[in-house]
Amino acid sequence: MIVGEQKPFDEIWEMVKDHKQLNVFGCNTCVAVCHQGGNKEAEILASLLRMRATQDGVDIEIINGGIERQCEHPFFESAEEIIDKSEAVLSLACGIGVQFMASKYKDKPIYPALNTTFLGDVQEDGFFTEKCQACGDCVLGITGGVCPVTRCCKRLFNGPCGGSTNGKCEISKDLDCAWQLVVDRLEALGKLEDYEKITPVKDWSKDRAGGPRSFKLEGF
Amino acid sequence: MEIKTNSKLEKILKSGQMAVTSECGPPRSSDPAGIIEKGELIKNHVDSINITDNQTSVTRLCSLAACVHLKQQGLDPVLQMVVRDRNRIALQSDILGAASFGINNMLCLSGDHQSFGDHPSAQNVFDIDSMQLIQTARYMRDEGKFLGGDKIKVPPNMFVGAAANPFADPFKIRVPRLAKKIAAGAEFIQTQCVYNLDKFEEWMKLICDRGLHEKIFILPGITPMRSVGMAKYLRRAVPGMDVPEELIDRMSGVPKDKQAEEGITIAVEAMQRLKEVQGVSGFHVMAIEWEEKVPEIVERAGLYPRPQVD
Repeated sequence: MIVGEQKPFDEIWEMVKDHKQLNVFGCNTCVAVCHQGGNKEAEILASLLRMRATQDGVDIEIINGGIERQCEHPFFESAEEIIDKSEAVLSLACGIGVQFMASKYKDKPIYPALNTTFLGDVQEDGFFTEKCQACGDCVLGITGGVCPVTRCCKRLFNGPCGGSTNGKCEISKDLDCAWQLVVDRLEALGKLEDYEKITPVKDWSKDRAGGPRSFKLEGF
Repeated sequence: MEIKTNSKLEKILKSGQMAVTSECGPPRSSDPAGIIEKGELIKNHVDSINITDNQTSVTRLCSLAACVHLKQQGLDPVLQMVVRDRNRIALQSDILGAASFGINNMLCLSGDHQSFGDHPSAQNVFDIDSMQLIQTARYMRDEGKFLGGDKIKVPPNMFVGAAANPFADPFKIRVPRLAKKIAAGAEFIQTQCVYNLDKFEEWMKLICDRGLHEKIFILPGITPMRSVGMAKYLRRAVPGMDVPEELIDRMSGVPKDKQAEEGITIAVEAMQRLKEVQGVSGFHVMAIEWEEKVPEIVERAGLYPRPQVD
């Protein structure tokens, strides 16, 4: 899923404080799972902004709402009226949702309340870790199910580097060395001899390097 | 053995004699005087000098330009190239540029992560990895082609090296990893600083058991310690460094003003012992910001005078 983190409150306030009316708008899927951008979080953030407005003596009407997903047209049907009436929207969606709204409502300012941080999993309640960079050409089949693009800080395809110590990465003792994980997995799978196969240079044209990507299903 | 390039290092190694290389870090300025001075200091005592490539991710005068300065002083530099800062276009371009100045050696490295350096907010590149850089340099030389497939009219003729850290984890793939670098095309190896001689010898034995020592020249890295403080720092703070407790005790056991001398003696003793180890083809003496001690170390290790080759 897509993981996001709310921006510092002061940064959010600086973006929106000059408006007279603001709609704080949640997205109730991925970023709700990480408790940062769901409709409940939109309600809390709207309250905090109202308090700040009162404290600073700023006249701004703040409402809140939300939909299931800000990245698909059908979900907007229930909220069209309230968005149309809003002067500006503070979206708690990921960067995809913010851009989707901005393209839908061409003359309305849409501000991001979140920093979209990564594609990750839920390790335990409240703990999320990055697992995929959407490089467009998955290699998990040859790396024992551990992604070197995402989990090695040098995205080595033939790692580890010399900085791997006690299973940890050179940049942090709290970070697992991806290549230690690859080697351990290959060993567990009885395929350690595969380690000596050299992975050739990668075709990054399928990654962001090749420009913004799209995918169209025929017959739809 | 067939000589493939104009590298002095290659000629000495293939003549069966022990090679000695050293290493200099370029200045953080546009003044080349420091690097030329360092080169002059050690040039009669070593066969080749590596020039580091923005080591520890701190911005410095570029390795290629520093190599050109040394080349102009009559030395045989080793161009270190990390894959952190340049994509395959820039790397291949710099290999051509280096070859155009008669630089004959290169060392393929990943590079320290930029979070260690002076621009921790920089983007990193890592388009290809160090293994693939070895392949690239050999492909350019042996096939006379760019990675993209186009022909190179006059291919670069590099003697291609790589690094190895016998002490990094996981140990079980330390020898397979070397085998992989050999398969990729590495012709010589300069290792991480060796302090744990027993563990290094264990690694060398595993290499010889697989016959890999006949396919590559291995130069263990030697770095003299200037003080017990440095010994403790290396042990504590440098990733992948193995400094045994007994060396720290030995450095602590001598008065502060004699510690530098003790550090040199430890380095010389290590070289004398490792000279006899099967598969060791020479030494890579990295006296970090202490280059003036290289001649003494090489002489005391019995590796002076250096052999002359055409």
